[in-house]
Amino acid sequence: MTATQIREAILAILADIAPDEDLGQLKEDVPLRDQLELDSMDFLDIVMELRKRYRVQIPEEDYTALSSMKSTVEYLEPLMKEL
Amino acid sequence: MYDTIIIGAGMSGLAAGIRLAHFNRRVCILERHSAIGGLNSFYRHRGRNYDVGLHAVTNYAPRGSRRGPLARLLRQLRLRWDELALAPQVGSIIEFPGVRLRFNNDLALLESEIAANFPSERDNFRRLVASIGDYDELNLAGPAPSARAEVARWVRDPLLAEMLFCPLLYYGGAREHDMDFAQFCILFRSIFIEGLARPLAGIRLILKKLVERFKSMGGELRLRAGVQSIVVKDTAAEKIILEDGTELAARRILSSAGWHETMELCNHADQRQLVGGLSFVESISVLDAEPRRLGHDRTMVFFNDSDRFDYRDPGELVDLRSGVICSPNNFVYDRPPSEGMMRVTALASYDRWAALGESDYRLAKLRAYDRLVASAVRFVPDFRSAVIDTDVFTPKTIQRFTGRQRGAVYGAPSKRPDGRTHLDNLFICGADQGLVGIIGTLLSGIAIANRYLLE
Repeated sequence: MTATQIREAILAILADIAPDEDLGQLKEDVPLRDQLELDSMDFLDIVMELRKRYRVQIPEEDYTALSSMKSTVEYLEPLMKEL
Repeated sequence: MYDTIIIGAGMSGLAAGIRLAHFNRRVCILERHSAIGGLNSFYRHRGRNYDVGLHAVTNYAPRGSRRGPLARLLRQLRLRWDELALAPQVGSIIEFPGVRLRFNNDLALLESEIAANFPSERDNFRRLVASIGDYDELNLAGPAPSARAEVARWVRDPLLAEMLFCPLLYYGGAREHDMDFAQFCILFRSIFIEGLARPLAGIRLILKKLVERFKSMGGELRLRAGVQSIVVKDTAAEKIILEDGTELAARRILSSAGWHETMELCNHADQRQLVGGLSFVESISVLDAEPRRLGHDRTMVFFNDSDRFDYRDPGELVDLRSGVICSPNNFVYDRPPSEGMMRVTALASYDRWAALGESDYRLAKLRAYDRLVASAVRFVPDFRSAVIDTDVFTPKTIQRFTGRQRGAVYGAPSKRPDGRTHLDNLFICGADQGLVGIIGTLLSGIAIANRYLLE
């Protein structure tokens, strides 16, 4: 997957988790926690959705990489480029 | 072999089931009855729809809220705000002799009512609210101090303390007189800070939504599947035996049947003192007009006819000294309900109801209806001439339909916040885990599922 496709994949997961949000307004480098008020249970859901949909395993110590859209895509690129 | 078997298709069991099914776990919910819902259910009687349990959904948050239990719940269950169709309350009252405090879904009203009625308590109340602060309702930690003691640190006037405790105990008090401070924080926030709401169609709308979601993701629901026992081997639950003899195996079991009830299923009955003792009797009156046409526009009226609020097993069929009067009409719906309804709920003694023979029981129900309504019309306009149908439920009704021993609506007096039991693979959720109210109990199922069942 390309960076653009990964971004789309993340957006699809966020749209599932927070169906009432207008994700068109999402800023790339502002933490998701601040923009969408996601909490730790939601971040765990993003991790589990990535595992469910793409079989990507993210170790707990790397969860901080999922802070913003930009950091998430950068972190996932090497893990998802072969998909 | 299931990944998880869930006992009970109430709010917490269904929410846990949705989480597990969503993440592709093989999950089955077992429900003893032919209907789902448990403590919050619904029925049809002489052609009308009724709710059981639910007066209101607490923890209301308006559309677009991202914080708080309701927002968390919606994200965890992947629901849109619209899907619960919550209409906020019009406004409620706590009424004690000579003092009336109004409240609605904006804490500012209660603050100003307290400032007007208890001027010296205004700042104390603010300090109490601050101490409640951001208590995390999903923090599955250990026991907390007495709420009576904590509240007394801030609120000096005992009458005000009683008035604040009255709605909270009625809507979640599993113990007599007091609760632990964690419970108090959860209830205070859910009722006074976030507030009350209700879908026009009642609890059935929420339950149907949850079941649809659960089944659409591959979850299995078995009705009329009462659990006879949980077979234990060493330190784990090995299998479940149903009342019809069917044996089911699962890696893990999540029970929403109640702490004591679950221990009995395991034949681990050393916890007698944990059976909750608090139960209620409720009269339901269907009216030929909306209550506001009769001059009553309040959503809830919590009343008590003396300065002291005695929240305990009254040792009588009905405790007429206090109660809750709920009008399901008085929420801000898009369109008005087709009929009027008034529900009056008061404390009742399980033992007194259980001791009655069949014909005495039926007679006692009729008498309880009359006495409850007569008690209520001391505090709201007399609606008796508008009544076109009635129903009554008692502690025995609650026990029969929920399996809760002694009709203990809010479960065991001490809670198990971490959801663990004496067995490695058996967990509990729902009222006995410690979260109450519709949103609370849904979150309970979610929290326990996330913590133990999704690994």
